[in-house]
Amino acid sequence: MSTVSPDELTTERLAGLEPGPVLGRELDPEVGDGTLVSDPAVRPPLVLGRRDFRSITETICSWTENAPGRWWTLAFLTSSTVAGVGTLMILYLIVTGVGVWGLNNPVGWGWAIVNFVWWVGIGHAGTLISAILCIFKQKWRTSINRFAEAMTIFAVICAGMFPGIHVGRIWFAWFLFPIPNSNAIWPNFRSPLLWDVFAVGTYFTVSLLFWYMGMIPDLATLRDRAVRRLRAATGGGRFELAIGKVRALAYGLLSLGWRFSSRHWQNYEKAYILLAGIATPLVLSVHSVVSFDFATAIIPGWHTTIFPPYFVAGAIFSGFAMVLTLLVPARELYPGMKDFVTMRTLENMCKIITVTGSMVGFAYITEFFIAWYSASSYEQQAFIIRAMGPYWWAYGTMFLCNVISPQVFWLKWARTTPWFIFIVSIVVNIGMWFERFVIVTTLSSDFLPGSWGYYSPTFVDVLTFVGSLGIFMTLFLLFMRFLPMLAISEVKNVIPQADPHGPTDHAADERQGD
Amino acid sequence: MATAAATAGAGRAWGVLAQFDSPAEVYHAAEKVRDAGYRKWDVYAPIPIHGIDEAMGLRPSKMGWIVGTCAALGASGGFLLQWWTSAVAYPMIVHGKPYGAWEPFTPITFELGVLIAGFGAVFGMLAVNGLPRWHHPLFSKERFLRASDDGFFIAVDARDPKFDESATARLLQEAGASAVETVEDE
Repeated sequence: MSTVSPDELTTERLAGLEPGPVLGRELDPEVGDGTLVSDPAVRPPLVLGRRDFRSITETICSWTENAPGRWWTLAFLTSSTVAGVGTLMILYLIVTGVGVWGLNNPVGWGWAIVNFVWWVGIGHAGTLISAILCIFKQKWRTSINRFAEAMTIFAVICAGMFPGIHVGRIWFAWFLFPIPNSNAIWPNFRSPLLWDVFAVGTYFTVSLLFWYMGMIPDLATLRDRAVRRLRAATGGGRFELAIGKVRALAYGLLSLGWRFSSRHWQNYEKAYILLAGIATPLVLSVHSVVSFDFATAIIPGWHTTIFPPYFVAGAIFSGFAMVLTLLVPARELYPGMKDFVTMRTLENMCKIITVTGSMVGFAYITEFFIAWYSASSYEQQAFIIRAMGPYWWAYGTMFLCNVISPQVFWLKWARTTPWFIFIVSIVVNIGMWFERFVIVTTLSSDFLPGSWGYYSPTFVDVLTFVGSLGIFMTLFLLFMRFLPMLAISEVKNVIPQADPHGPTDHAADERQGD
Repeated sequence: MATAAATAGAGRAWGVLAQFDSPAEVYHAAEKVRDAGYRKWDVYAPIPIHGIDEAMGLRPSKMGWIVGTCAALGASGGFLLQWWTSAVAYPMIVHGKPYGAWEPFTPITFELGVLIAGFGAVFGMLAVNGLPRWHHPLFSKERFLRASDDGFFIAVDARDPKFDESATARLLQEAGASAVETVEDE
């Protein structure tokens, strides 16, 4: 045995020629929660704490059934206040005009478009986790997909807001849609801005459908528990009884009479995988179309074919960072959540951040190379100004946050230490915001030096952006309070007890089958 | 059904409900019910049990056809919408390209195909399953509510041609049920 290299041993184990190490013995309790095994032949458990069906239901439902901790009330009050300020800013904008923003000539797109692109990008991680990882049968995704999909929907709501209010005369926003009207005017379908309306609109709708369909069985679980609690209720005040009735009615309506029939599950699973299949090209198309807003313009620095893949990589990069920003604190705040969201899940997500961060970094460097290689002096000038012009500080921040910071995850310590992951995830979010900012402010210096300008935001710009963060957090806190935060039925399906051939004799069954 | 209940003393039987303790038990019991030739029956479980469709002898789901048709309708409808508005209803020269050039229509054609396919997947799934519905006789059984938690059930409908209250109950008992009871129609 001593002559066999570790690689050969692994190959033989995977081929079934060599028995793998025994699960319990190999898991090192000293490292994290015991799921950080580096031997690829060992499959660490997806759910910890020896949980069965009952305890999974109990734990996940208890998060919505019991009163939340004080932190929730505090966070909700803060974020809804911030959201209120943002809403006031939007009202001020609507009654006054887009002049309240720092927009000027030549910079006709400011923070609003930066925020739009940033928020849409953040949404992409949810679909990647729920659709693409589903198709690749990455079972570790089951514990975070509901969470990430909710993040997608709320991020796309924040994103859609910005172009909506940017049109200025918002009462004409219906011009975006092909609606027959008395002027007999139709929208221009050759414009990428209109493609954007359809891409983001479809993305929001399909994400919402996917999220809701995935939630139907879990809502039915909450319904049954609410009904049972109502039937068992003997004491309790009139107020509690009323709340209980409202809960049972609300979850009853939302779960559409789902009764866990296997004939239904069959169609449900098929519909689920088909939705995953159509959401996969959809998510890749959405940020590609967003990048067309820039790439089809003839502005130097925008007119590049690298934009679609580079935008998509950046979107996944920032989205995973946002999921981690929300997930790391949630893991600490909700009792029992660490059993589902294991250290290995966090580690995997960090690895994806490093991969996509490196792709983004590669794209930044390629852009520079192509600018030089194009021999177009306007293109070259645009990039020199981008890195060394008036916005050098934004470019530097972007490069540091997006290219350098995710490389720390090459260290095992960095990607297995939650508080550190949390900090890096925020750094990445800041970096990605600056990336969008750097791209949009390319407008400040185009072909004619005589018309160059400088853009700075007003307080309305700043408070609208902060307000959008408040809206996002408010919606997310409501989601955590009232809806099943983890996909109960999907998590149940990855524990060993879910296997109809038993946790141990599965291999024997298969051998007999041959 | 007050009169029926009064004459029979109890409600007319909707069917028989049997409870099992694990996915493996309900899986093997389903094979026995399938082999006994029943048609109107179902397995209820908190998870989609892997391979239960074969154990129940179900035919493949029709969802693929529904979603595929919706995708084709959405994409072709989207293309026609764009072509008609740009080339017929409101022809306008943009970039000096022909009015009906198909290339710029690609993104929206794709998006609308995906959008309608998404509607088809969710609403088609609900329609095929006969959902939403307000109530079901099974919900009147307290134990059945555990199907959303950790209970595994087989229910045989009384309308099944092979249904016989005592014989069906015996079959389920022999298949390893931990509890069998009759469900009344409402």
